[in-house]
Amino acid sequence: MPEAPIQHGLDSLTSTAQTLRHRIIKTSHESGTPHLGSCLSCVDLLVFFYWQLVSIDPKNPTDPARDRFILSKGHAAPALFQVLAERGFFERSALEGYGENGSLFGEHPPTPNALPGIEAATGSLGHGLPMGLGMALASRISGTPYSVYAVLSDGECNEGSNWEAALLASAQKVSNLTIAIDYNKWQATGRSDEVLGLSPLADKWRAFGWCVTEIDGHNFQDMADAVAKNRDDPRPKAIIANTVKGRGVSFMEDDNNWHYRIPTAEEVDLAAKELGIEA
Amino acid sequence: MRNAFAAEVTAMAAEDSKLVLLSGDIGNRLFDNLKGSRPDQFMNCGIAEANMMSVAAGMALSGLHPIVYTITPFTTTRCLEQIRIGVAYHNAPVVIVGTGSGLSYASLGPTHHSLEDFSIFRAIPNIRVLTPYDAPSLRVVLREAVGSGVPTYIRIGKKGEKDLVPQAEAVGIGKTAVVRQGVDICILSVGTIGPEAIAAADALRGDHGVSAEVVLVNTVKPVDHELISSLTKRFRALLTVEEHSTNGGFGEYVSAHLAQKDIHVPVVCLGTRDEFMHTVGSQSYAREYFGIDAGSIVTAAKECLSRATGSTR
Repeated sequence: MPEAPIQHGLDSLTSTAQTLRHRIIKTSHESGTPHLGSCLSCVDLLVFFYWQLVSIDPKNPTDPARDRFILSKGHAAPALFQVLAERGFFERSALEGYGENGSLFGEHPPTPNALPGIEAATGSLGHGLPMGLGMALASRISGTPYSVYAVLSDGECNEGSNWEAALLASAQKVSNLTIAIDYNKWQATGRSDEVLGLSPLADKWRAFGWCVTEIDGHNFQDMADAVAKNRDDPRPKAIIANTVKGRGVSFMEDDNNWHYRIPTAEEVDLAAKELGIEA
Repeated sequence: MRNAFAAEVTAMAAEDSKLVLLSGDIGNRLFDNLKGSRPDQFMNCGIAEANMMSVAAGMALSGLHPIVYTITPFTTTRCLEQIRIGVAYHNAPVVIVGTGSGLSYASLGPTHHSLEDFSIFRAIPNIRVLTPYDAPSLRVVLREAVGSGVPTYIRIGKKGEKDLVPQAEAVGIGKTAVVRQGVDICILSVGTIGPEAIAAADALRGDHGVSAEVVLVNTVKPVDHELISSLTKRFRALLTVEEHSTNGGFGEYVSAHLAQKDIHVPVVCLGTRDEFMHTVGSQSYAREYFGIDAGSIVTAAKECLSRATGSTR
């Protein structure tokens, strides 16, 4: 059986998230990997899922009874890789040479066969939720109880495949599927409410028959409450996590230039100070 | 073939609790027996093929044996990215079944034709491309594909196709069946165009004194290279015919193989032209329109043999 989540106190999650933020920023600088803003907006969600919710044993990552977690917004893979390393799926030293020729670690997650802890090779948006839905349905069909979690971006909700999945999940009353939408209000080239008519996002998911909770996506207590409140709801669950792109570093917050910008060495040092990381 | 598929899947589902049939809201009543006997193993995913394909990939990655079934364009080009990423890249053993392939639905127009699928799928890694020619061959390859662990695309016809090979002699994936023996020219018939190839061989023998062998091909990828090379030693000419575009079809593959192996034998490749068909009609009409009917095969075979006679070989 997969081990239960670690259930650290919520306070320790904050320090974990800050440490990971620093590693993500430093890796971006060293490897030239973009999407910092997207990583920083969802890293708190990832930490919550991996340390509080997802039942999985890093030493037995293919256990059929494990919970599944999919980072559907695959361009935040630099955050996921740091999370998986810290959670023990592989040694942190494996991340050395990040982005170099022949490395597994780049801008998007590789396939599950290539790297322990990965459930879906995302990067093209709109695939994680439908694949996760298939995994959630497989739990019911095979009689193996487990839950499936996915983190989507708000921009990703442009993709129609998500809404196809939302309809089927609702019709099939898939209760073991929970998604969190990293609602940072930006996509690559503009405000996510302006590029396409995303708002009102929570109402859209409600209208599709999902159990919806809106939270502060940087508040671990909010996350814990949302999960606890809806644990027994028979519907698929959507957590609309209001977040700030670039969260944690003042000069990156809500500045969409950091979708692609790579930090300089000085900016890495500045960020470390703000995050309370000793040099 | 459609009915044979439904019956076979229903029987297989009773033996394999991991088998799940996903349908894109088609096959009204076709799967009633499956739905009645194994309701957990049938899921109507609605008219939402992109999601259906990814759902199947997720199921396959979780240990199930999903089969995705709908009309060919909608289970191929409609959701190609989901196939390429969810199924092929993940090497997720989904069996994708397209029904009414080629020109089966000639009367419905090009929205329902599928004349590009071999070409597209051949370029995608990991995925096997099968094209059974009758109900017996469908039963055999379907049983081999499901549970094999290999992502597989199976292109089938509609209903009423005649059996070309008795069930007891039906061959599996990658194997060929010789249904007419000959010495002059070899017709490699790909998938459901088989009856046209057989009628052409019979006409060549009866009316033109040409002895044509007919080899039925059920696998477009991987192709049996050795078979093709060996045929060139036995015949003066090869003819390929498929209900698929000549662009990127089986014939092009054979030609390329022979060219790269420096094997010089006249080859003619029959398939559909590089155009959409703007008129409707029966499947027979559409085959004539594109020059892949028995009469067109006869004409092409004679022409190819005349090239062979004129060659130095």
